[in-house]
Formats: sequence, C-alpha cells, structure tokens
Amino acid sequence: MAHVLCIGTEKGLFTARSDDDRRSWEIGVPQFQMTNVYAVGVDKRSSTNRLLAGVTSSHFGPSVAVSDDLGATWSEPDEPPLAFPDAAGVALERVWQFAASPTAAGVVYAGTQPSALFKSTDGGQTYDMMPGLWNHPHRPQWGAGFGGQAIHTVLPHPSDPDRLLVAMSTGGVYRSEDAGVSWNPANKGIKAYFFPDPWPEFGQCVHKVARDAGDPERLYAQNHHGVYRSDDGGDSWGSIADGLPTDFGFTMVAHPSKPGVLYTFPIEADGRRYPPDFRCRVYRSTDAGATWKALDNGLPTDDFYPVVLRDAMCTDDAAVTGVYFGTRSGEVFGSADEGDSWSLIAEHLPDVLCVRAFQV
Amino acid sequence: MGDDGCSTVSVTVLVPGVLRAECGGSSTLALRSGPTLGALLDELAACQPRLHRRIRSEQSVIRRYVNVYVDGEDCRLTGVLATPLRAGAEVQILPSVAGG
Repeated sequence: MAHVLCIGTEKGLFTARSDDDRRSWEIGVPQFQMTNVYAVGVDKRSSTNRLLAGVTSSHFGPSVAVSDDLGATWSEPDEPPLAFPDAAGVALERVWQFAASPTAAGVVYAGTQPSALFKSTDGGQTYDMMPGLWNHPHRPQWGAGFGGQAIHTVLPHPSDPDRLLVAMSTGGVYRSEDAGVSWNPANKGIKAYFFPDPWPEFGQCVHKVARDAGDPERLYAQNHHGVYRSDDGGDSWGSIADGLPTDFGFTMVAHPSKPGVLYTFPIEADGRRYPPDFRCRVYRSTDAGATWKALDNGLPTDDFYPVVLRDAMCTDDAAVTGVYFGTRSGEVFGSADEGDSWSLIAEHLPDVLCVRAFQV
Repeated sequence: MGDDGCSTVSVTVLVPGVLRAECGGSSTLALRSGPTLGALLDELAACQPRLHRRIRSEQSVIRRYVNVYVDGEDCRLTGVLATPLRAGAEVQILPSVAGG
C-alpha cells in the first residue's frame, strides 16, 4: 500500500510518494516545469487512478493533461482539450478545479477562468462548455477577485446526477437541479461586506465550499470574511465562525468519511493576510462547526507568515485519514492521524497552489 | 494558385527551442499558405495543432507573451494577422522576455 501526494505549484507539479504509511515521502522531479498548476484531480473510479492536471504557461497558455501512471508521464490531445466555443468570445485562461462525477463513469467537470463549467465524457481528456451557466443572465455582473474570475468549486451531488453546485469568486454559489441546464444562486445568509448592500442575491466572494461526509445537504463555506454552514443544500447559510480566531481564509475541507468533521486554515483578515498571531495552526471541528480546536502538534512554533490557498489543503482516502496543506512559501505539511500530529513533507518548493492525496 | 484558387506563398517558420517538442522536434517548418500571417497561422492550426495552440488562443489571438516576427519585423507593428507575407518569407516565433 502506497500513498501519493500531488503538489501543484507556481512552477510545476511535484508528486510525492510514501511507502511506509506516510512516515516518509520521496518527491519526484517536477512535471510541467515553468507552468503554474492550479488544479489537480484524481479519478479514483478509473483502474489507473487517473490524474488530471490543469496547467498554465505564462507564455504559451493553458492546457489540460492526464496521467495513467501516477504522474510519471502525461498526455494531452493535439487539439485544445478544453476551449471556449467561438461564440463565447473569450479564451480559456486557467482551469481551477476538476471534479469526477460520483454517478456517471467517465464524466469529469472542470471549473475555469473566466467563470464557466465544462464537462468531459471521456474521463477528462476533452471537454465541452456547459452553456446553461455561461448564458446565465447574472454572468455580466459576476466580478473578479485578485486571482481572476473563476469557478473554483465544483460539487456534483453524490447520488443525484442532476444536481450540481458550483462556487465562484466573485459571484457566489449557484446550483442546478437539471444536470446543468439551468442555474440559480444560493447565497442567502452569506454576507458580501464589500457591496453597498451586503446581502445581495449573488456577487459574494466565496472562497471554497465543501460537502459533509454524511449528509449531502450539509455544506461548509469559507468566504471572503465569513465561515458558514448550510443544512439545506444551500437554501440558507448560517455562521460557524464562532470559535475560530478569524473568519477570513481560503480553505474549507470536509473529512471524507466522518460526518461533521472539517478543517480550515484561518487567515487574519482581508487586509492582513497572515496566520492569526503569526502562528501556523490548522483548525478542526468535529461537530459541524459548532466548536473548533487548534491543531499545531508538530507544526512550526516560530513566527509563521505564509498563507494557505483555497485548494492547498486536502485529505486522503486512507483508513486513518491523512490531512495535508501547502503554503505560499513552498512548505508542505502532512498529518497521518486526522490532524492530531503533523510533520514536514517538503520545503523550498515554489508557491503551493493545490494539493491532492490518495492511497494506491 | 492553390488548390482552392487562392494565391499561396512558400514560407519558412522558425520554431524556438522551447516549442520544438510540439512539432516533432523541428526547428523549421516549410509551409504554403495564403498571403497573410493570419492565413499562415490558420494553416499551422491545421497541420501542427499542438504548436499552434501555444501561439494563439482559441479566439485566434496571438498570446500576450509570444512574439511573431515576419522577415524580422514584429507583427504587432505591421498589422498583426493582416501582416502580408511575401514568397519566401521567414516567420520567427519567439517567447517574449517575461516570467518570474
């Protein structure tokens, strides 16, 4: 049994492997050198544990590649695998997210910049834009955060193939109940302090949404200020920020099998993007956000300044769940015991943009 | 005249080292195309799609940090895609000085 950790950075994709139950890791040479890798996906349904990578060269543009040998080699088609149709009048800037459908073999969704949702029916090799969301009448009013205008969260429903949820910065949460044909905003209760009306129907800067392991109607959201939970599939949201040192941050990760367990890495504030008190701490809740506990056993004790970006925290699918996060200063930390204790997996990497981990 | 009745010219495309893997390792490509840079890049899209999509987006816009020189002149100063190509023209693809 081995564990694989994919680390997408500003300058390439690093793949780490552990053959001793995550006590030590060997890191391979980076793939896609001099490209930024904002998105890595793992399709555990495939016999090869297919990896998906969204890579962007500052010179030569974006692309999507797949690997069927755990990242040793990658392939992409000659024709653009993911491109906007001519009528859209825009070009792909970046893929921010992959999500394999839990209900349909071979279906993979991709969230992009500019904000659009794409669908693949060949296991993530080629994609078509889903016009329903692109043609939404709200789209001209969606904005762009500092990182660009992007759909960074894609959550297919675990059992109903017609139900999809996306989140974007900026724009907020949108849901479809007809397999992506039509979409409605789902932001009631999420504050957008940066608007004259801080409670708009849409326009929120949602940073990440995660779905609870036990109840598919229970969702967790980290916002541009504001940490929220919905118990009704996104119909309404309420704050779960009490007990956290701050309500700002980018990450939101749900435990893959334990209901009510979630992780985040708080950041002090929009205008002060450091960990609170300059301390490197992950926060875990085991009661769906009612209470939180700081986790720092094994994490740096010196002053700590880097932040963790929205996809730079993840869990794995081992029997005892591992938790991982990477920083903008190129460090990657891991826990093999659900966050109780941590160790350094890698350092001196480029800025970490995303991490994904799984067992093979 | 080409097969479709349009006039065509012979052009040499110089491929930078960083992009040669996208066209089988070639440093130069000999192509026949219509008499503009746009027509040449359309031809490139047909015969070398991997190379082409590193140079232009799906909206046929030359990428911001890719420069294309036609007989030594920056195409952005000579009409971009409308830049005329003479018979025997040399079209050089070069990444711009950018990056971090």
